[in-house]
Amino acid sequence: MKYLRLVVANLGRHKLRTILTILSVALALFLFASLRSVTTTLAATAQFGGARRLVTLNATGLVFPLPLSYVNRIKGMSGVTGVSWANWFGGRYGDGNTFFANFAVDPESYLAMYPEIVLPDSEKQAFIQDRTGALIGKRLISRYGWRLGQNVTLQGTIFPGDWTFTIRGVYTPTDPAVGDDVLIFHHEYFDERIGRAGIVGWYIVEIADASQAPQIAKSIDDMFRNSSSPTKTGTEREFQASFATMWGNVSFLMSTIGLAVVFAILLVTANAMMMSARERTGEIAVLKTVGFSDRLLFVLVLVEAGALALTGAVIGLGGAKLLYPAINFNGAGFLPGFKVTTSTLIVGGLVAVGLMLASGLVPALRAARLPIVQALRHVE
Amino acid sequence: MIPITYNVRSVVQRPLSTALTALGVGLVVAVFIGMLALANGFRAALAKTGSETNAMVLRKGADSELSSGLGRDVASIIAADPHVATGTDARPLVSPEVYVLIPLTKSFDTTQIANVVVRGISEQAWQVRQNVKITAGQRPTSGRAEVCVGSRLTQRFPHTTVGQTLRFAGRDWSVVCNFTAGGSAFESEIWGENEQFMPVFRGEVFQSITFRLKDPGAFAEAQRSLQADKRMTVDVRRESDFYAQQSQLLSNILNFLAVMITGIMAIGAVFGAINTMYAAISSRAPEIGVLLTLGFKPWTVLVSFLAESAFIAVIGGILGCLFALPLNGIVTSTTNWSSFSEIAFSFRITPLLLSLGLFFAVGMGVLGGFFPALRAARLQVVQALR
Repeated sequence: MKYLRLVVANLGRHKLRTILTILSVALALFLFASLRSVTTTLAATAQFGGARRLVTLNATGLVFPLPLSYVNRIKGMSGVTGVSWANWFGGRYGDGNTFFANFAVDPESYLAMYPEIVLPDSEKQAFIQDRTGALIGKRLISRYGWRLGQNVTLQGTIFPGDWTFTIRGVYTPTDPAVGDDVLIFHHEYFDERIGRAGIVGWYIVEIADASQAPQIAKSIDDMFRNSSSPTKTGTEREFQASFATMWGNVSFLMSTIGLAVVFAILLVTANAMMMSARERTGEIAVLKTVGFSDRLLFVLVLVEAGALALTGAVIGLGGAKLLYPAINFNGAGFLPGFKVTTSTLIVGGLVAVGLMLASGLVPALRAARLPIVQALRHVE
Repeated sequence: MIPITYNVRSVVQRPLSTALTALGVGLVVAVFIGMLALANGFRAALAKTGSETNAMVLRKGADSELSSGLGRDVASIIAADPHVATGTDARPLVSPEVYVLIPLTKSFDTTQIANVVVRGISEQAWQVRQNVKITAGQRPTSGRAEVCVGSRLTQRFPHTTVGQTLRFAGRDWSVVCNFTAGGSAFESEIWGENEQFMPVFRGEVFQSITFRLKDPGAFAEAQRSLQADKRMTVDVRRESDFYAQQSQLLSNILNFLAVMITGIMAIGAVFGAINTMYAAISSRAPEIGVLLTLGFKPWTVLVSFLAESAFIAVIGGILGCLFALPLNGIVTSTTNWSSFSEIAFSFRITPLLLSLGLFFAVGMGVLGGFFPALRAARLQVVQALR
């Protein structure tokens, strides 16, 4: 410990250099943490899904509706404890430059099935009772400055016209994958306005026993196999996962870029650290003359590199950990619940240790092996 | 002026340090070019999809083909419109189209499902879309359950080559041809006859109507007259504008990411470069003293060191271009969130991007070299020579 002052003094000698080195390490790790979090957040979203919830879609594809008449037939199946339904609306708000998800649901059954959607009971009742009411995620409040009881008009893109809803409730999701930038409204009102077409985008089926999921999914699909709209039923998790894979190779590209970033800055930083170590050849020789052992010098040089790398890591990783929640980041809605996970922090820490070794090991070995006489010859 | 050979030789004198700095800059430049090439490739694929000479009709207010719907009556009104060009057989060049998405399982990973565009076209579509070329097989015959598959799909999805049978919408469809479309988004689509698709998908409704303009210059007039027609409520756009707009969301995201990521990276690299140059200058203080003693003006010292820093950066920039070049043409795929469909496109590196990368490298070099060079120029001769 008594050598700590020596290390600190060495770092303080070129203050600017020390600061720049720390900052470049910090930037590298900040970027690394951010990019890795994109991947982990997408993976977490893909994992979302109540074990007891199934999703039934039209087998032909996502964009095809199912008849509303399926409700009672699904409800009557054994093992099914509840059915709810929803339809994508895709309305546009304002100038259309900002986007949020909005869809029609059957309020009572939907809220019963999604305990992840939390709101005061009074608001819940108000939403259920108002046919033209809407329930919104809390992010929309801060984004558009809406108030409870306010009227909001969406322009329909799939279902033309102006649709005005009254905000009756604001919810907070307990699971980030539910999304806090969603507007939902009454399917009943939706159905009425589109001329009682009786269409449903997807059914959510609640089952009593999660282990029965494959059998129940199969019997739902079997029941509608020969109807005009055959279905495809799967667990909610499978449904979510299929969305996550839609990014295709892009998330792989992100992780490749993350590696390139770390490697690039590592090179530059390691170089700067090695150059500063080389300048001190004479000084190290003097320390050796005074009686510092090879081993001690090896450790001291390595500790110096470690101090730079780890300080940078704390700033960079800590910065990422604190910054994203502070600005409430969700990737414009694409990355709900964006989060820098502990595993990312650990991997980032390991990268910093790697950087310390890569940049410190060569100078440290040189310092330890330095022949005094030769080194001192260069000193004036 | 201090001859540039002085700098070049100094750089060569410390090969390891130069190589590391140049490599660092090179990686930054490579990521920069690579990410822009991705955004560029995506935009280019969609830009090539739409033609300047075609116009596209959607239901008013619909922001994509998916959310649109037009009846047969609209199709006949448009077919009879005087602004529509006529083909060699004297029939109007109009293609009322059915547009749907179907889930297809990828060949290499069966857990991955992509939403692929299925487009029901009229006979005229092959003439309306000039860039479409059939590479294998014959066009689907009217009245039969036959489809033509875009060339970008054949690699990635099973049962998509000529002679095979593709199953979707609860029916079997024989694949009778494959087509290319100049690298455009059409290559990620499955085409068949609109009359075949209507009953199996959404019934008697088209999603879009594309027609060739008789006079491409008179688009505004055609747009005005069709939109004013009381018998229908439609939006008329140039096909090229429509696809440019469809690419906007994702290419904005990609461009934003490119600028963000490389911006942060560049700052890190510049910090590293500053350190390297400071170290280089402090170890060469006596040399600088000699230069100043010989009568070189301080500003020439400044310029000389800036040039040295820029020189290292240019080496890095060239390395970066070389790293990035193999990416050119690599096919990747993602979902275009504006249309919700999967689209395959290739990284597209253009000379402009490469020069942008070099420019970026020089910028980093000059920025990283400025303060150290300033210090070199301000050295006191006596102190430097001591």
